[in-house]
Amino acid sequence: MEKIQRVSYTNLERNFQEVELPLTNQEAWEESNRCLYCYDAPCIKACPTGIDIPTFIKKIASGNMLGSAKTIMSANPVGASCARVCPTEELCEGACVLNHSTKPIMIGMLQRHSTDWAIKNEQTLFEPGLSNGKSVAIVGGGPAGLSAARELARLGYEVTIYEAADKAGGLNTYGIVSFRLPQSISYWEVEQVEKLNVAIKTNTRVGKDVSVKDLLKGFDCIVLAAGMAHVPHLGIEGEELEGVYDAIEFVKSTKSGSLTKDFVGKRAVVIGAGNTAIDGATCSIRLGAENVKILYRRSEEEMTAYDFEYEFAKQDGVEFRWLTAPVRIIGDEHGKVTGIECIKMKLGEAGQDGRRRPLPIEGSEYVIPVDAVIKAIGQTRHLELIEELGLQHDNGVVQVNKETYQTSNPNIYACGDVVFGKGKGDAMVVTAAQQGKQAAYSIHRQFTTVYTGR
Amino acid sequence: MADLRINLAGIKSPNPFWLASAPPTNSGYQVQRAFDAGWGGAVWKTLGDPILNVSSRFAAIDFNGQRVAGFNNIELITDRPLDVNLKEIYETKKRFPNHAIIASLMVEPKQEKWHEIVKRVEDVGVDGLELNFGCPHGMAERGMGSASGQVPALVERQTYWVKEVAKTPVIVKLTPNITDITATAEAACNGGADAISMINTINSLMGVDLDSWNTIPHVAGKGAHGGYCGPAVKPIALNMVAECARHAHINVPISGIGGISNWQDAVEFMLMGATGVQICTAAMHHGFRIVEDMIDGLNNYLDGKRLKSVSEIIGKSVPRYSDWGNLDLNYNIVAKINNEVCINCNKCHIACEDTSHQCIDMLTDENGLSYLKVREEDCVGCNLCSIVCPVDGAIDMVEAHRELPPMTWNERQTALSLATECKIDSSK
Repeated sequence: MEKIQRVSYTNLERNFQEVELPLTNQEAWEESNRCLYCYDAPCIKACPTGIDIPTFIKKIASGNMLGSAKTIMSANPVGASCARVCPTEELCEGACVLNHSTKPIMIGMLQRHSTDWAIKNEQTLFEPGLSNGKSVAIVGGGPAGLSAARELARLGYEVTIYEAADKAGGLNTYGIVSFRLPQSISYWEVEQVEKLNVAIKTNTRVGKDVSVKDLLKGFDCIVLAAGMAHVPHLGIEGEELEGVYDAIEFVKSTKSGSLTKDFVGKRAVVIGAGNTAIDGATCSIRLGAENVKILYRRSEEEMTAYDFEYEFAKQDGVEFRWLTAPVRIIGDEHGKVTGIECIKMKLGEAGQDGRRRPLPIEGSEYVIPVDAVIKAIGQTRHLELIEELGLQHDNGVVQVNKETYQTSNPNIYACGDVVFGKGKGDAMVVTAAQQGKQAAYSIHRQFTTVYTGR
Repeated sequence: MADLRINLAGIKSPNPFWLASAPPTNSGYQVQRAFDAGWGGAVWKTLGDPILNVSSRFAAIDFNGQRVAGFNNIELITDRPLDVNLKEIYETKKRFPNHAIIASLMVEPKQEKWHEIVKRVEDVGVDGLELNFGCPHGMAERGMGSASGQVPALVERQTYWVKEVAKTPVIVKLTPNITDITATAEAACNGGADAISMINTINSLMGVDLDSWNTIPHVAGKGAHGGYCGPAVKPIALNMVAECARHAHINVPISGIGGISNWQDAVEFMLMGATGVQICTAAMHHGFRIVEDMIDGLNNYLDGKRLKSVSEIIGKSVPRYSDWGNLDLNYNIVAKINNEVCINCNKCHIACEDTSHQCIDMLTDENGLSYLKVREEDCVGCNLCSIVCPVDGAIDMVEAHRELPPMTWNERQTALSLATECKIDSSK
């Protein structure tokens, strides 16, 4: 039989379909019966949202699919997305006790099996709470904002989400490559929140389409869950050339409308080696690029991408150039990128963050001919919005009480990437979801404490 | 949310899931933990004159990597003083007034013994009594448990003695170690039982150690038969419940017991006539927390069927259970193999070829690929191929064209005898 090619150059749409196949009913049944149903299970503790994993798996085994999906989604309002994007081997599956005897349970795949069932059977899993007359505005409809909204709505709050983009879902809708997380999954999660009478105002940027003042005046409380902004400038020559992309925008473009044919047969480099860089590289490959290189000024060891992402990129044929920093981007007379000049680096002493600092090797400059340069060196902060809200921050990282997620303004809470500081673990979807929940519960505590007069 | 409450012969509980009389209900601590976890009722571990137990009491059979397909024990009734048990029953009932606490009882087959214990346990406020005529090991050697439960007259007489003084409903728990359980069930009814429960455990020897030649389990190198339970006994228990449920002279509620591990098993027992169920092995395997999915799964099932109350399913399948002589001889099903799903393990072929009706052919198509095909004209619809098939949806058993109108064996015999009579008439 002819082997199906991993990447098609003629059918780009196929390249962006979900890569991992779902479990069949039989696989899910067998795998769920393999779960030991541990008591005080370590997988639960390893899940940032504390999903009762043995229980949802037991429910698959007993044929209680609705109960299974509810168990997952009650703990994690974006549990269908997380089933696909969580670094499970570092979380639940890494903690599975069967790592010490046979092999761990495929928790992520089982979670996907249950949530897929709920999606396919058009289930509405939760109901709004009885109205308590309080209103909350949520800035940002990504994982943290949706999660906060879901919990607040169940507690009886009137919730309005302000979302700058065309659709809610944030990273899950626009930032995670389609072949890992189809948009339909994210939309379903958004819909589950909308069904709790949460108003989602899309194409509405706070500070532009609606004023901060109006929010402060119109709502009892605000949750800031705006995530991060664009990729910062490299600060080198040629950044304005045609063919230079912001990785976040680049991935988003593969999830909005039709796929570009501009990459077919082209050469691209990606600058950076985090998970977004991997996404930029694999998307380029899947758009038909002939050669894609990731340039990283440090070495393989310092790379922040997950192992499975690294492996996936290598399988896709992405090349890696370690200890390589861009010096300038070269263009032709039409302003189009033709190459990138790089310099070799070496690792010096460890810097403040504990990582060894890369140092240029003089005279090692060379040029790589390329047609596209994708920047993936982190994301900037929504400084303007944060300042307008008058919140204390540290270089754009909103300062919050680590337990309550309350900001310097007692009526404003913040969660998700807006509070994610550098070098503090991974900015995971699942963490954002948990912070959203926590913020919601803190808000509820704040109001209920006032009610009881304590 | 469906109404899961049940009323079994006057014993009310918030859901149909009770813990059976067994190690999980040995103490107030355990039963209270169980009620906290959501169990609707508990049948307290059998009370009687305290006994002595042996060390090494349980054994289980694993099946192809799955733990505890069957379970066996040689533990006796409670080994704690009656006073202690009664005090804990009283305290537990006080803390959980809406949960059902049933006292399981076993004493010598003497009227005064039964009168005494019934009065004492009813004084502490139990909701009902369950007479243990079922334990097959140890106590049976002393004339109690299944030894008295195997003699219909003893079942009837002892039930009668209990009913002479009991103020709460009396459930008689039956042993499966008998040829026809309806005989003892009927005896219990004749004695005045308000309900029956079944099955108690089945005589069993779990195994023999190939190296030491000891029995499993053994006590200092010696073994004795135990009582068998767990998922493996479910079909035996389900049949016994169904036989009693459809019996014309057994008209009391049934508490179903035997291998119930999840909500689906419970639904099956209730469809077959049980008003509620009792569970032990599954709790011993996983802890009391399993009841959460039993409740949740049952509720979702009832909601899915748009049923308002669990009581609506009780006995719904009983009319569909009958004698072999009432089955339609002219009904036909045949196997169909879905070749696009089939993985070509050929298990169906060899099962049919060697042990059934030789009607699954191994063939090769024009591209040289192997495939399996059923010769439907030779298929008797035995199900064996679909039973051994390891893949969901690869073999369907489908109704075949019916050539003759329905006719059961009993109808056929009646018709034949009429025809014979006619012949005699015509020869005159």
